[in-house]
Amino acid sequence: MTNNSLRAPRNINSPAELWRLQQMMATVLFRPLTARWRMQKRWVDGRSMDEAAAELIKPNDRLSSFERLEIYNRQYWFRVLDCLWDDYPGLLAIVGRRKFMKLITAYLVRYPSNSYTLRDLGNRLEKFLREEPQWAAPTEVLALDMVRFEWAQIVAFDGPSKSPITPDEILDTPAERLCLGLQPYLSLLELNYPVDDFLIAVKKRDSDALRAEASNAVDSTPAAMARRKPIRPPKRAKISLVVHRHNNILYYKRIEQEAFAILSAIAQGATLEDACTKAIAGSNRPNIDWAAQIKEWFDDWAALDWLCHP
Amino acid sequence: MPENPFNGFTDYGIGIGLRVPHYQHILAQKPVVDWFEIISENFMVDGGRPLEVLDAIPEQYRVVQHGVAMYLGSADKFDSEHLRRLKRLVKRTKTPWLSDHLCWGSVDGRYTHDLLPMPYTCAVARHTAEKICAARDYLEVPICVENVSSYAEYNASEMTEWEFLSEVVELADCGILLDVNNIYVSSKNHNFDPYDYLDNVPHHRVGQIHIAGHSKFEKYILDTHDHPVLDPVWKLYGHALKLVGNTATLLEWDDRIPSFDEVHNEALKANKFRDQQLAPSAA
Repeated sequence: MTNNSLRAPRNINSPAELWRLQQMMATVLFRPLTARWRMQKRWVDGRSMDEAAAELIKPNDRLSSFERLEIYNRQYWFRVLDCLWDDYPGLLAIVGRRKFMKLITAYLVRYPSNSYTLRDLGNRLEKFLREEPQWAAPTEVLALDMVRFEWAQIVAFDGPSKSPITPDEILDTPAERLCLGLQPYLSLLELNYPVDDFLIAVKKRDSDALRAEASNAVDSTPAAMARRKPIRPPKRAKISLVVHRHNNILYYKRIEQEAFAILSAIAQGATLEDACTKAIAGSNRPNIDWAAQIKEWFDDWAALDWLCHP
Repeated sequence: MPENPFNGFTDYGIGIGLRVPHYQHILAQKPVVDWFEIISENFMVDGGRPLEVLDAIPEQYRVVQHGVAMYLGSADKFDSEHLRRLKRLVKRTKTPWLSDHLCWGSVDGRYTHDLLPMPYTCAVARHTAEKICAARDYLEVPICVENVSSYAEYNASEMTEWEFLSEVVELADCGILLDVNNIYVSSKNHNFDPYDYLDNVPHHRVGQIHIAGHSKFEKYILDTHDHPVLDPVWKLYGHALKLVGNTATLLEWDDRIPSFDEVHNEALKANKFRDQQLAPSAA
């Protein structure tokens, strides 16, 4: 933090002074609220926040400088927490409401938004959880799986697409020379927990609860959500998952390990022949008609528009 | 006066914000609506459902883009990726004009996702006007800047908000999106007369008007867009119409969004209200 972000300029006669004012204001906004959702009482340089706020903001007949500035500090945190609350219901269900708030606050302090759109607010949450897993302890592995899964859904919802490759185009090129690509909106996830089933259960619980609350005119605030029945976390079991969209509807599909290996190799630029050969060599499943199996997979993937030019 | 360079010489009536809960209803029922305002950033994506909806809407309706993240008042330079995507969207929607807020919201590449008030000084007005000109030159579409609602005033300010707005739009030679609800909210929060504001902005530059609902708290008013338009705002809107003439007006409803029919009814009410205000007998 620079000294520039500690004090408000008295006058704004240049873009540099405007930048200093905006630095200070941003520093105020990005500081976490207290446990009672209030602005912190001390400024970053140790002065009282009343004094620092008075330097920047005029009071009026009803509100002090502190209180006026606090409106913006609270609005910022309510907005970003609300956004991640909506985008990461699975993570919320795993760690619980209180830990979720602490985790998300720590994340945003370390990684404030770097994008003009709130859609990207969670774009470094996986990175953060790898760097600071203690925020999700003791369920850090499960939480990381869920964050990867929930981010993949955001990508699948509105990520870019390419023209799908046709079966004829595939057949016209020899396998040893054929390189394919996967749709940019598609994510391949090798996960330690079946988070897909868990998230379905969470969403079903939440939508049932919302329906019940609506019919009984009970509030649906975070506090009400916290009272909802917890869902037992899944047991550890490796799954290979593809998160994608089809006809602009979001889907996730579990696939066999060998299919996952082929798609992963394709994504890394391997030829079709190399991708298939390595995937079969790495398989421990006996008595499989691999030619028929691979054809079946490719038929499915082509029908789902997963394959494109690299 | 209603058709002017700042709204691309159009004569749009009362519009409604295009919002996700209404997509299905609009696409299936095809209700009669003068025009839809879209939030640019919601459609500055690479693919998927948002673009599918966007491509379906302009086939039947006129669309105007309204942005929330250009941050014309930020000291930083523009986010080039944001502008590039915005230009791509402008070409896609063929919006006759484009609006964003007279505010700032990012610094050093960190985003607050808020519409933060500006310090009202001459240097800031010049800086902001330069950014508006640069954006207009790049995007090749008329720009209207919207007054935001605010809850704080900087010690460094040297003029009133309406003086600042006027200075910026004159320097940039751009339009105004006059949000009469925001004027009302700020007037209560900062103890000024909202009619002074309306009377003292350059009326010939008003290309569009916003009306919306707000929420009253004990010591301040918050611009929440989650209610029908309240009486004092209707009165201000009537006064604004008399000053600027029949101007494209958008009814905003962005939170606790009710059924499409309820929002549509509010728009029809605005239509009727506008006609009454502009009738020769009301003059």
